[in-house]
Amino acid sequence: MSGSRVLAFPVARADVVQRGAAAGRALKIDTLSFWGGVDPATGRLSDPATAHHGEALAGRVLLVAEPRGSSSSSAVMLELLRTGRAPAAVVLGRIDAILGLGIVVAREMSWPTIPLYRLPADAQARIPDGAALRINADGVIRLA
Amino acid sequence: MVQLTAEEQALRDGREGPAAALALRIVAEAARMLGAERLVPIESAHIDGCLYHGDSGTLFAERLVAGDGRVRVPTTLNVGALDLLHPERARLEAHQAAMARRMMDAYMDLGCRPTWTCAPYQAGHRPAPGTHVAWGESNAVAFCNSVLGARSERYGDYLDICAALAGRAPDTGLHRDENRRATLLIDTGGLDPRLMAEDAFYPVLGAWLGATAGATIAAIDGLPAGLSDDRLKALCAAAATTGAVGLFHIIGTTPEAPDIATAFGGAPPAGTIRLTGAMLHAARDRLSTAEPARGAAIDAIAIGSPHLSVDEFWRLLRLLDGRRSRLPFYACTGRHTIDKLEEFGLMDEVKAANVTVVADTCVVVTPILPPGGGVLLTNSGKFAHYSRPNTGYDVVYGSLSDVVETAVAGRLVRDEALWR
Repeated sequence: MSGSRVLAFPVARADVVQRGAAAGRALKIDTLSFWGGVDPATGRLSDPATAHHGEALAGRVLLVAEPRGSSSSSAVMLELLRTGRAPAAVVLGRIDAILGLGIVVAREMSWPTIPLYRLPADAQARIPDGAALRINADGVIRLA
Repeated sequence: MVQLTAEEQALRDGREGPAAALALRIVAEAARMLGAERLVPIESAHIDGCLYHGDSGTLFAERLVAGDGRVRVPTTLNVGALDLLHPERARLEAHQAAMARRMMDAYMDLGCRPTWTCAPYQAGHRPAPGTHVAWGESNAVAFCNSVLGARSERYGDYLDICAALAGRAPDTGLHRDENRRATLLIDTGGLDPRLMAEDAFYPVLGAWLGATAGATIAAIDGLPAGLSDDRLKALCAAAATTGAVGLFHIIGTTPEAPDIATAFGGAPPAGTIRLTGAMLHAARDRLSTAEPARGAAIDAIAIGSPHLSVDEFWRLLRLLDGRRSRLPFYACTGRHTIDKLEEFGLMDEVKAANVTVVADTCVVVTPILPPGGGVLLTNSGKFAHYSRPNTGYDVVYGSLSDVVETAVAGRLVRDEALWR
């Protein structure tokens, strides 16, 4: 192997909603409300009916095909950002103002923030659950 | 690209202080994310973000207070995490209770009215049809749009208070005519009128509607005229619980839906569902997570999501008819109702029936139910939905009459005749 790093072929290009680049293993969930679905105290998926129940979001690229926008989800996102338990990045099939708002408020509070991208559910389907991903500032998603 | 008016630019640049500037930046950034081209002035706000989910929310509210934040429109508050009349009732750790209290205080310091209720529309907050408002709390948003005909998007926590401080909301979603037209027609003509005469029908219809329509805007035709606010409240709350419902039309009730043609903007419905008793029966069964066998053990009873009105307490007392609950029985409401109960001399009767009145909060957002879990009986579609994830209690759904007879008997009593 040479020392040079060959970039893998992009699997998708997402719209950048909140700026940034990220890397982490994909954590894929069909539908999720942060309120009721993520414990704000631990950053773990808390709904026994959800795939990956009990797993921590920290460090993962969270892909949600169909976000369910419970209005307190922004509060849960803000709390995860303050305590360092947020995912490395979030990719949503559809944008509502709720999760993104938690990120916007965190920036105003000078707490760490994460990038947010929009990628439709059918394009998310091409990304394998658990795969190591790199997402650049233009929203190009590659298998690492 | 979001175009700001000169006044909005001045707010953003700090003319009214740092908190108003911060609020306007956040509203404008939300508008950008949602693809709105401008902001729309609002006439009132209802804030859901005053419920404690962790210290971050308290620190944010206190940042707004420190920045001289003051709401620019009349603003009511949804529930907090504490019953301020009985702060010991919520079993929170000392730190959480103190931070929840600080959060509630901060929102009052911002000039919000301490209504602490999820039914602000029964506490005097009723915007006129067609007015733009920024409301949080899903049931209140659904009632605001569907019953009052005022216009609110489903605002998430913190965008609600920012809209109140800026006096603006993103001009998108349900603020705009083209997004308010119905596309799905729900025909109730095939249902037994006796079923529609029952209170218990409305939360079940709502639960079915939310699960079926989601964010698609439905119009329900064939409901009786003159529905009470309490029935409409139960319908809206259940619909907004099982689906992302911000607006549906009730033909003849919703101000912008005097008839089907108007509700659909003159276009034919993209789809029609003829509702059957079997569909509703299945929806009712989905509201229970425990086997509702006659005589089964019930560990607690909770009613009042959304918060009970005086009329609902009156119906409760009439059904109790002087009998006492043998089970832990929680009735959640706001000060607007408690004041009236005391004025009418009804509070003593409620207490004599062994019913615990919970104020300012409710039993699915803060730990008040007896520890250890078990089975909860409720007549609320919203409590039924959130009970297991939020409290650990399994749930049985029943009518108010079932609730009362179960409370008195100490075992489950449920009248099935209605749903056959």
